[in-house]
Amino acid sequence: MNIPQEYKDLTWQGLWKNNPGLVQLLGLCPLLAVTSTVVNALGLGLATLFVLVCSNATVSVVQKWVPKEVRIPIFVLIIAAFVTCVQLLMNAFAFSLYESLGIFLPLIVTNCAIIGRAEAYASKNPLKQASYDGFIMGVGFLLVLLALGAIREVLGQGTLFDGADLLLGSWAASLRIEVFALDNQFLLAILPPGAFIAMGFLIALKNKIDASIAEKQPKKAEQSIERVRVNFDS
Amino acid sequence: MAYWIASSPHNHIQDKTSALMRLVIYATIPGIIAQWYFFGWGNLIQIGLATVTALIAEFLVLSLREKNIKEQLFDGSAILTAVLIGISIPALAPWWVSVLGALFAIAIVKQLYGGLGHNPFNPAMAAYVMLLISFPVQMTLWQPPLSLMHHQLDFVNTLSVIFTNFTLDGYSVEQLRTHIDGFTMATPLDTVKTALTMGKTVEEAMTSPVIGEYFSVGWQWINAAFLLGGFVLIYKKAISWVTPASFLASIFVCSFIAFMVSPDTNTSTMFHWFSGATMLGAFFILTDPVSGATSVKGRIVFAALAGFLVFIIRKYGGYPDAVAFAVLLCNMAAPLIDQFTRPRTYGHQ
Repeated sequence: MNIPQEYKDLTWQGLWKNNPGLVQLLGLCPLLAVTSTVVNALGLGLATLFVLVCSNATVSVVQKWVPKEVRIPIFVLIIAAFVTCVQLLMNAFAFSLYESLGIFLPLIVTNCAIIGRAEAYASKNPLKQASYDGFIMGVGFLLVLLALGAIREVLGQGTLFDGADLLLGSWAASLRIEVFALDNQFLLAILPPGAFIAMGFLIALKNKIDASIAEKQPKKAEQSIERVRVNFDS
Repeated sequence: MAYWIASSPHNHIQDKTSALMRLVIYATIPGIIAQWYFFGWGNLIQIGLATVTALIAEFLVLSLREKNIKEQLFDGSAILTAVLIGISIPALAPWWVSVLGALFAIAIVKQLYGGLGHNPFNPAMAAYVMLLISFPVQMTLWQPPLSLMHHQLDFVNTLSVIFTNFTLDGYSVEQLRTHIDGFTMATPLDTVKTALTMGKTVEEAMTSPVIGEYFSVGWQWINAAFLLGGFVLIYKKAISWVTPASFLASIFVCSFIAFMVSPDTNTSTMFHWFSGATMLGAFFILTDPVSGATSVKGRIVFAALAGFLVFIIRKYGGYPDAVAFAVLLCNMAAPLIDQFTRPRTYGHQ
């Protein structure tokens, strides 16, 4: 299979090198607020992913007709339209999840990760690449949300996928895993400060991995010609 | 013959960090003895648990950071943090409370920010707040003074309560806290707060058995003992007298005004001074040289703000005691306070 280099680059950028959650640190508000369980994280991650793909595609299609001066309001309008779709859909089909996400679902409109991609990539590139970029960035964001949700759910209440039936239907209730039984919840992990601390550890882990990869790379011998500069003035 | 000529200063203080830390640890001893006398072995066991955990955590993090383990492990700062945690958590709290607290204080609050001298927050108080918001049930398991307790609590029984939640005879912590008349006894601050929310006056609240004859059974003497330890520190010039004086004066002003305005709903200054963690906070926590303000003027502002916050949170906040929260909030404000109270350099405006 022959994948063009551009798509490989986009994938690497979205999933690791320029991950919206870990590197760009965009959209931290929903990232920290709703990741108290894996299911909440998954719900919000999927919603963001959907909005990101649709808005990137739309922005890319209409880029010719958008005047530069008013592009931001137009982007926000496009994003808001898709967020409204997602919100109404969730309200109809996953009502309990809709309730547990609360204000953070409509707040996807102001998620800087989405408007950032629209501004930085989609408004300058053709439809295919823009939609793919939106998809990969959304997946990168979703993965960070999931990791954070899993850490906080295990530490906070000792379970994984608690309440999966809210999102995926009643069959998913059996997905719930009790990692260990806690007599009492570790509230810090569930409260926002725990999210900040866990986020800090995730970023530290990523930097550590990057550093160790960089260390393993063969070092390029620097070929620099040293010139002696003699300064007679001083 | 060679003359060795040195410029001033000629008088060097040879004290190292470890000597200062050791002095502060010694100064907590009167308070710890008072705690032992009134509340039994619980706090001593917690101090032991916290110290062991803190040393292990310090050792692990220092070896990860490739620091000089031998020198930094026993500089006393980790032990002091552990002692302060052990003093401040409830005597009968389960063992993992003090272990988690010490771990959090050393590994996250202190070492992740760069180790001794770089932590923006007081490690002991940050750990206490973390425990308080994470485990509100365990962290409010304050036992009443031994003299009021229905069941006797010796060393083995205390150990058993901390590790298994039950005494050897099978009494739970809840039962231990119950008065012989069948009501649960809380700390004096908590008792007064609950009584006030129920619409009683302070005078009625003061008739509770945990208050006793003066301000509070046991707690007043613990605070007096920490005051004594604090005087030793001031005498030895380990801490500046400005911080505690400003803190206590600030509490005095706030509570005095409140008491004058409405004596039925506000406790007296002496009650504020001699219950809860006031004296511990004034002499051992706020005087932390790392996380506090640095100049004299800055320290006055810093401690006065802390005293004001203690009063406000005790009066209006959700928790009965406030020293830990006040200290953390002031730690955050310390760089700003330093910015505005920078001392004038000689020769500059």
